[in-house]
Parts: sequence; structure tokens; C-alpha cells
Amino acid sequence: MRGADVLPRLGVGALDVLRGLGHATFFVIDLLRNSLSAVTRPFLTIAQIYAIGNRSMVIIVASGLAVGFVLALQGYYTLSRYGATASLGLVVALSLVRELGPVVTALLFAGRAGTSLTAEIGLMKAGEQLAAMEMMAVDPKSRVLAPRLLAGLISMPLLAAMFSAVGILGGYVVGVLMIGIDPGAFWSQMQNGVDAVDDVGNGIVKSFVFGVACTVVALYQGFEATPTPEGVSEATTRTVVISSLMVLGLDFVLTALMFSAPS
Amino acid sequence: MGRKGVETLVGLFVLLGILAILFLALRAANLGNFVIGETYLVTARFDNIGGLKVRSPVKSAGVTVGRVKAIVLDTNTYQGQVTMELEQSVTFPDDTSAKILTSGLLGDQFIGLVPGGSDRNLQAGGQVKLTQSAVLLENLIGQFLYNKAADAPATEPSAPAK
Repeated sequence: MRGADVLPRLGVGALDVLRGLGHATFFVIDLLRNSLSAVTRPFLTIAQIYAIGNRSMVIIVASGLAVGFVLALQGYYTLSRYGATASLGLVVALSLVRELGPVVTALLFAGRAGTSLTAEIGLMKAGEQLAAMEMMAVDPKSRVLAPRLLAGLISMPLLAAMFSAVGILGGYVVGVLMIGIDPGAFWSQMQNGVDAVDDVGNGIVKSFVFGVACTVVALYQGFEATPTPEGVSEATTRTVVISSLMVLGLDFVLTALMFSAPS
Repeated sequence: MGRKGVETLVGLFVLLGILAILFLALRAANLGNFVIGETYLVTARFDNIGGLKVRSPVKSAGVTVGRVKAIVLDTNTYQGQVTMELEQSVTFPDDTSAKILTSGLLGDQFIGLVPGGSDRNLQAGGQVKLTQSAVLLENLIGQFLYNKAADAPATEPSAPAK
């Protein structure tokens, strides 16, 4: 009897996943169609950049510094076996700009800003503020969601750039000031090896894509949350899990695309 | 906090972000010294270009004076035809020779220009006639083994005669 249940259940599960994806797609299309207000009323967006960007700066800068310190120490350990410690700057800068900057920033962003977006919107829904807006013929998508989306898009690349820049400075502090690598070699190796378009530019493209993914997931989860305390808490958890997995998956796809492009 | 305060702080945030991007582009990457002004094109044919790539540097006496713009195979001579763009301010005699060199033992390859003694200069669209191909490590090892093999019979008979 139980064996016969497996196939229908699989079918229901697959249909549920498909329905969820379709629902999310329509949500995004609807959101984009109503997102003009984010540009026509810039203060709505500016207030959200303050909430999403400014408030995330401390954790991003602190993490970037820590990652830069550790990268320099670990990189020095490996490079010293090959007598190539002068390349430490290059190792630190490339790993930060290409990979760690965008990815770690996106993961921190999902935890720091994504959760607060989901909880805020979920509670608005639970408190029937969104319904009240609709009663007043104010579209909550354009009044509440669109400014947050634009703010996320603007904040993420800037945060990722700060993360990488601070990380490189952290690498400089450990590599040059503490370990005593020649500062000239540190910077010149970095400048020879890091390309402004292929490395820095692609890193910014990556962080922009992650910004879209994290913000859309957070907004969707908040907007579709069950309007109860448990529902909001579940939605917040899902935001972190889904955006983290999406960032890691997208990162692989983007890296593969960028690598396969002719250099 | 009023509207003005929020706007100021967001402005500060955006400014810091842009400064970080500029730092990455100018200090960590090489955008600053990458810009070349007016250039002119010169071609050269090599029997083997080795690992030369588009955008590899062209150097004279170790100073970068241009970059490789294009590499194609000339199907008439089956040589690699390399187009270089050189800075307008730098002129070379028309009997300049070009070599493909390697920076360090395992580094990237670049073109080294050695000026000749001619009175006339290379014109835009001109060709560097004297070229020397890239040194391939495989060929070097092959030559080394060949020389060893050639030396070996001379020493071997003398050993048992003793």
C-alpha cells in the first residue's frame, strides 16, 4: 500500500515546486512592473539604502578585515614553501575580488539585511498593514517592495567592493606590516596580475546578480509569509537558506560563464 | 533622525562604496597605467610565436612601449603574423629586430624590440623584418638530449680500453 503512494506523492511534490517557481516568477514580473515608484520617489529608496546598506557596513567591513588577515596568514604559509611570498598581494587580491568578496558579502547580506526585510514585510502583512494600504488604493508592491528591491541592487555591489578593498588592506597589514613582505612587490605583483575588467569588473557583475537574488528572495518570502508569528519565523529561516543556496549555485554558474569566455 | 540626516549618511555610504571600487580598479588592478595614448601599428612575422597572447606587452630595453593587438596565421608563409600597437611618441629605425622573450623562467611572454642603426624610421603599417621566434622549452630539452647523445659514443669506447 505504501509503495503505491510514492509515485503520486512525488508527482504532487514536483507540481508544488513548479507552482512555487511559477508563483515567484509572476511575483517578480509584477514587482518589476510596479517598480517605477522607486525612481520617482527617491527618498523611499534612500531610506531603504540606509536600512540595508549603511546598517550592514559595520559587519561587512569587520568581516572583510578578518578575511583579509586570515588570507594573508594562510597564503603566506603556503607560498613560503615555494619561495613565492612576494605574490602574496596577488593571491589575496585575486581571491577577494573574484570570489570571496561577492560571495561572502552576499551570504552576510542574506543574514543581515535579507532576514530583516522578510521579517519586516511579514509583520506588515501579519498586522494587516499591507491590506490597509490596498484598501487605500496604494499598491504595497510599489510603495513597500520596489524601493527595497532597488536599495538592495544598489547596496550589494558597493558593499562587496568595500569588503574586497578592506580585505586587501587587511592583507597588507598582515603581509607587509607584520610579516615583513616588501611593500613594492606586494602592490606591483597585485597590479600585474589583477585585471580591471576581467577580475574587478566580473566581481562587480557577480555581486550585482547576488544582490538581485538575495533581495528578491527576501521580499518574496516576506510577502508570501503566513501572517502568523510562526509563519514569519519560518519565512525568515527560508530566506536565509534559499538565498545562501542560490548565491552558491549562481556563483558556480557565473564563474563557469566568466572563465569560459575568451580572455 | 531627520530626512536630511538619512540622506547625508546614505550619500556617505555610496561615496565609500565608489571609493572602494576606485581603489580596486586603480590600486589593486592596473587600470591607471594601462591607458596608452595615440598609437601606430607595426607587423612582424615569426616562425613560432610560442605563448604570446593578444595584449601581451611590447618592450624595448625593458620599457613597455606598446601591446600586441592581433595574432593571425599568414597562410602564404605559414608564419604567425603579429600586429603590435606602439606609442606614437616612440619611433624605431626600420632595421629594428623583434624577439619573443619570456619574463623570468615561467613568466608571460612578450615581444622585445632591439633598435638597429638605420637612418629611416619604421612607418605606421610597416613590418619588422628581422625576427627571432620564441624559444620552446621542449626544443631546448630536445637539443640538449641530442647533444648528450652525440657526446656519448666519444667517451664510451675510451672507458673499456683502459
